[in-house]
Amino acid sequence: MTSRPAPGAAGLRPDALRQSYIYAALILVAAVVIIPLAMTALGGFKTLGELRTNAFGLPSDWQWSNYGDILFSERYWLQMRNSLVIALLTVGLTLAVGSMAAFVFAHVAFFGSRYLLNYFLLGLMFPAATAILPLFIRIRDLGLIDTYWAVVLPQVAFGLGLSILLMRNYFRGMPKELFDAAFVDGCGYIRFFWRITLPLSRPILATVGIISFVSSWNSYILPLILLNSEEMYPWPLGMMVYRGEFATDWQLVLAFITLTILPTVIAFFAAQRHIIAGLTAGAVKS
Amino acid sequence: MTTGTTAGPVVRSGDRLWGLSRRQLTSLRTTLPVVVLFLPPALLLFTLFVVLPMGEAAWYSFYNWNGYGAPEQWVGLRNYEFVLSHKVFLTALRNNGLIIVVSLLVQIPLALWLANLLAHRIRGALMFRLIFFLPYVLADVAAGLIWRFVYDGDFGIVSGVVQVAGGEPVYLLAERETAIWAVLAVIVWKYFGFHMMLFIAGLQAIDKEVMEAAEVDGATGWQKFFRITLPLLASTVRLSVFFSIVGSLQLFDLIMPLTGGAPGNSTHTMVSYLYQFGVVRLQISFGSAVGVVLFVISVTLAFTYRRIFMRHD
Repeated sequence: MTSRPAPGAAGLRPDALRQSYIYAALILVAAVVIIPLAMTALGGFKTLGELRTNAFGLPSDWQWSNYGDILFSERYWLQMRNSLVIALLTVGLTLAVGSMAAFVFAHVAFFGSRYLLNYFLLGLMFPAATAILPLFIRIRDLGLIDTYWAVVLPQVAFGLGLSILLMRNYFRGMPKELFDAAFVDGCGYIRFFWRITLPLSRPILATVGIISFVSSWNSYILPLILLNSEEMYPWPLGMMVYRGEFATDWQLVLAFITLTILPTVIAFFAAQRHIIAGLTAGAVKS
Repeated sequence: MTTGTTAGPVVRSGDRLWGLSRRQLTSLRTTLPVVVLFLPPALLLFTLFVVLPMGEAAWYSFYNWNGYGAPEQWVGLRNYEFVLSHKVFLTALRNNGLIIVVSLLVQIPLALWLANLLAHRIRGALMFRLIFFLPYVLADVAAGLIWRFVYDGDFGIVSGVVQVAGGEPVYLLAERETAIWAVLAVIVWKYFGFHMMLFIAGLQAIDKEVMEAAEVDGATGWQKFFRITLPLLASTVRLSVFFSIVGSLQLFDLIMPLTGGAPGNSTHTMVSYLYQFGVVRLQISFGSAVGVVLFVISVTLAFTYRRIFMRHD
């Protein structure tokens, strides 16, 4: 994904009439995307009464305390921290375990490697939710319920199929001469992996890292089933709990939503090129 | 040297060990450590948390079991009979189908259209792209709650517009007839940007000269679209449909904050059905049976689709 000014097949500068049609269409769709988000952020500044009577206008009296109370509450920071820890552990473990397996599939010819790779790709075929109850029992029997690992380990396991596939394809694309030269110099597979493959694979490591970070950051069903206590909840769960507690106070819920998605929105605009490329490349190259 | 007389395998230059040539032996010596060190962590994680639970789901589904001790009370296919005849499950199945249909008829055409518009050389194209992709990056739970507010009859935007126009407040998510359509609209809102991005990537791969040649020959916009763009994007479209199918079968996070399956269990998907009737009520065996049904449907659909439509991609 590049930001060249003329992407695509046509790439022609359209005439004035056509241009106004294009802008009208784009602005209309953009409005449908943005208005719900903007109204959510604005609604957080209103009182409940004003939310009812003045759905669209600016707040007549900005209620900064709606936001302030949440920002100074412990629960907001706690849930963000939980999400961050879970996501970082997931990314770290996915990259470590996935890159090693992908390296073997890319470079080492051994009996049954094809079958083993297909075994991992099986994970791409069905939703994680299908085996959620046996998974719960397994995690319970391992004594991991209500720990970060309860969420991290299954998340890593379910992400392995795609991660291994993406990294294997990238590793295989490296020039063969590198490999031959290293072997002549007496470099074994494991040194080769550390010294050459990994340092040259930053783009694909970033892609896989972004995919697993975003899916962990946003994940809901696994923590919902595998975590019990609110102190452990990542933000999607925390948000649902908050909504349950303040069901009748939409203005607080809106402020809470806005504050929790704010990091995502900021990160997205700051690193948009990498994030879009990562998320779509992951889809296309599988 | 007593080489020739010792029993058992002997390694001598040029000799063979267990029927392997010397070259194979050296290659084994260099490959074995890396295979033995690098593969097991991934294999272990994947087997323990993905494959075994799936097998266990199949096992538990034939029992009546509460999750403690070992499953003993064999009930045969009773759990499956119940799932497949449960009206709520059939509604959920229909909803999953509906999501795929809406994706085919609304979401993908919309995404294609926008990708085409953004292919023109216009100011702000990048900004529009970012805006359209933004909902995809937001968590389903957040998007679901935002739209629950948007649809709220007392405080929401939709109702607000209707009231400004002089109408009565509308409660879209509370009515059986409208709820599922409201949910479908949110799905389109959330995911069209992703499909659009796939198409933009696909369009960039199309050779410009083909387009220019068509223009020289006097092709109209529609002709160019249907004769050149669409055929050349065919593999991207097939991929996009594939993601719609997979996405539909996984859909859960969006349903819970929006409706939780209500009103009258009319907006469940298969996964939210599994959650509601298996997990919440701790029906381990029943929930496992639902999981197996979902697994069979997913794998069959994915394989058949790939077989038929993506053979050459």
